[in-house]
Amino acid sequence: MADGNITINTSRRFFLLAAGSGLVLAGCVTPADTTDGAPAIAAELAKPAAPVVDMNNFVAISPDGTIRIMAKNPEIGQGIKTMLPMLIAEELDADWSKVVIEQGDADQKRYGQQIAGGSFATPQHWIPQRQVGRAARQMLLAAAAARLAVPVSELTTEPSMVVHAATNKKIPYGDLVADAAKLTPPDPATLTMKDPKDYRIIGKSMRNWDSPKIVRGEPIFGIDVKVDGMKYAHFVKCPVFGGKIVSANTAEIKALPGITDSFVVKQVGTSLMGLLDGVAVVGDDWWTVKEAAKKLKIQWDEGAAADHSTASFDSQASALAKAKPQAFLGPQGKAPTEASWAASEAAVNGAAKKVEASYAYPFLVHAPLEPQNCTAHAKADGTVEIWAPTQLPGQGIGLVAEALGVTADKITCHMIRCGGGFGRRLANDYMVEAAAISKQAGVPVKLLWTREQDTQHNPYRPGGYHNFRAGLDAQGNLVALTNHFVTFGANGRALGNATSPPTEFPSGFIANTTYGQSLVPGNMPTGPLRAPVSNAVCFAYQSFIDEVAIAAGKDPLQFRIDLLNAPAAAVSGEKGPMNAKRMVDILNVVRDRSGWATRASLPKGTGMGVAFYFSHQGYFAQVAKVKVEQNGSWRVQKVWSVGDVGSTIINPINAHNQVQGSIVDGISEMHQKITFDKGRTVQSNFQDMPLLRMDYAPQIDSHFHISSNSPTGLGEPALPPVLPAVANAIFAATGKRIRVLPAVQSDLRWT
Amino acid sequence: MTTYTLNVNGKTQTVDVDGAMPLLWVLRDKLDLKGTKFGCGIAMCGACTVHLDGEVARACVTPVSSVGAKRVTTIEAIGETKTGQAVQKAWLDVDVMQCGYCQAGQVMAATALINKNPKPNDKDIDMAMQGNACRCGTYVRIREAIKTAAGVDTKDTREV
Repeated sequence: MADGNITINTSRRFFLLAAGSGLVLAGCVTPADTTDGAPAIAAELAKPAAPVVDMNNFVAISPDGTIRIMAKNPEIGQGIKTMLPMLIAEELDADWSKVVIEQGDADQKRYGQQIAGGSFATPQHWIPQRQVGRAARQMLLAAAAARLAVPVSELTTEPSMVVHAATNKKIPYGDLVADAAKLTPPDPATLTMKDPKDYRIIGKSMRNWDSPKIVRGEPIFGIDVKVDGMKYAHFVKCPVFGGKIVSANTAEIKALPGITDSFVVKQVGTSLMGLLDGVAVVGDDWWTVKEAAKKLKIQWDEGAAADHSTASFDSQASALAKAKPQAFLGPQGKAPTEASWAASEAAVNGAAKKVEASYAYPFLVHAPLEPQNCTAHAKADGTVEIWAPTQLPGQGIGLVAEALGVTADKITCHMIRCGGGFGRRLANDYMVEAAAISKQAGVPVKLLWTREQDTQHNPYRPGGYHNFRAGLDAQGNLVALTNHFVTFGANGRALGNATSPPTEFPSGFIANTTYGQSLVPGNMPTGPLRAPVSNAVCFAYQSFIDEVAIAAGKDPLQFRIDLLNAPAAAVSGEKGPMNAKRMVDILNVVRDRSGWATRASLPKGTGMGVAFYFSHQGYFAQVAKVKVEQNGSWRVQKVWSVGDVGSTIINPINAHNQVQGSIVDGISEMHQKITFDKGRTVQSNFQDMPLLRMDYAPQIDSHFHISSNSPTGLGEPALPPVLPAVANAIFAATGKRIRVLPAVQSDLRWT
Repeated sequence: MTTYTLNVNGKTQTVDVDGAMPLLWVLRDKLDLKGTKFGCGIAMCGACTVHLDGEVARACVTPVSSVGAKRVTTIEAIGETKTGQAVQKAWLDVDVMQCGYCQAGQVMAATALINKNPKPNDKDIDMAMQGNACRCGTYVRIREAIKTAAGVDTKDTREV
């Protein structure tokens, strides 16, 4: 690939295996998980399956034995650049010390779907990427069989070596590759995969491929890209979402020292995460253009969103919560009726004991530490070259094609390592901005946003309000539960990711559940934040279930197990895709690991709480231990996490890192908010959008419970339960319930 | 525009810039040393951490005019010091990284800590590293890597 000055060119001569191969990548096993409401991801998944992709797109071997493996997906810190090549290398029986990993460009024809999102990559690639490696090994075996004049059945492999045991002959892969590359690749259906007990790479901890470069400060991130003749760009958009430009003093700005250009860029399309109106300032270094932009005088037509405010949203939501829901939530074609709502409400009203509580959580910003940036060159010949830290390059290429009026085949996109993603870079607004600015300026540009821009122009995690009512019978059994979910939307539809699953637990597990929904009108840019929907909804439901357990006088952990174990004979709501037994199993494990039984002996001010969640096909149960000081300040001391993501933890050192990071991220979210006033985002930088720091990061016991299921992903599912586990622990410590986030709004002082 | 002569990683460098330009942008855009990262611009995240005469400094709020004759050390050269090398090795052994964007700043802060306090305890680590945010949440491993580099017991001794 050619990615500015950050390419590391290898002079080795590689033979590409299996040219003209009929090997199907079959990379698009559509995951069954439907908890992710991200429209961008959904649109990507809905695309037709990738065309036939030859194995030579992934594996190349040089005569000196070096094995180059292409990493196909965007790397955002989830470790995919290391993990997918491990799958290939395992079945190839490669010597890992001889493997070099190279990042592939955006090219879905070559690589199939390319996305960092939804924790899809593991289930999607578990079989196809191993087949790629296995097929290459098969060809090396065939080449060795021909050379030694023995049947393939007499040959085996050791790392990077074909072995004929009978004669004790060993041939390195590098010696065979020239012959092997001429052979016809086998049909993947005929391949026998390794017995997992023979794995030499899968299940071993393999360090992140780029780590050595990172500790040496090598320029490997999007922000580090530099291309010949490049200028630096800053782009100022309307502080109100979707505002239009009336006029700007670009001539004055252009005359400033160090500034080479300044101009108005006009909106293309209708998406708030596409190209919007703004003013570009272009110059010789980024600080100078950013400073020059402070002298901009722009007149905006702020438009209809200028009246959006969080105060107004909150009061509208509270009025809606008092009325009947506008709609009832059910799986497609199975939406409950108003009669069902009335029946569930009647069951609550007639119950021996009622529990009612309202929960709310705010909008959130992704805030990856590397601010949005992109380098683009719209060339005179009509082609466009882009260097982008992006989670979804195909969507960005589409935006650029539309905005620049070129076809997608004229656009080359190099995927550059992202300094964090968290879902932010599934939107590619910064990519289309860079391309549009380059075209208008006539030079390659590196666009970089400030942290303030990053905070104020973002597809936010939507806020939401849950109004629960539950009924318990005389024995403390949960017999009915309703939730009036108030969210944001327009024209009867919730905004992207502003949803609550219709099959949320305990739907399908107790006699009466009906969930309703009402919409506060609004049109803010919203999008998927790591564990989208789940990161919000889990807090509300798993906290309220805790309240119900306490009201029933039961152990909150055992109460959950009992609900999962013994679903009511007749239920009104639909069950979700969660396998209850898998969840019960890990709840039992986390009970043991955390010493849950000893919690009664904790001093006042210290408490333990539990929560579980199924999302992205992963099962997680977590116990948090929190100490609350008498002045109300609190710190999570430890979190015990048990996850079931199937039969195999492919790269354990990274898998645990993802869990540890998810837990810190989840606690961090309990302190954060984004609010709006006069249509503008109020928060701007880390002084009012705090990130958890070293001293507040807890000890973490991360454990995987191995089950017989096919492996699933880990970027997201460990995050959702930590918020309610912590909130439930705070209740156990103080008797005070956090029902509104950020947690700072709750008075947790005790005496 | 003013001409400034800087000592960066042991080399004398001359730049002709506005004196208000932060050292971060002199390093990144003028001297092509991109290991030092931009995260917030207001000294709140620590991604831009460098050493000035061995002391931790946030390059994003350090005007180039204030640097003077102080020795500037960046991530690109920290491996030339014994402590820096030990910290880098520990970072790899523990495999601290997720996205890696903050880690240059973390390595610089950790190296300065160990240079001053060769056997830091958990409280020392909390104090010294508070200014360096990791959005991926790798704090558990940063703590472990600092102790590994310092050759002290890696057990987390904070109250549980």
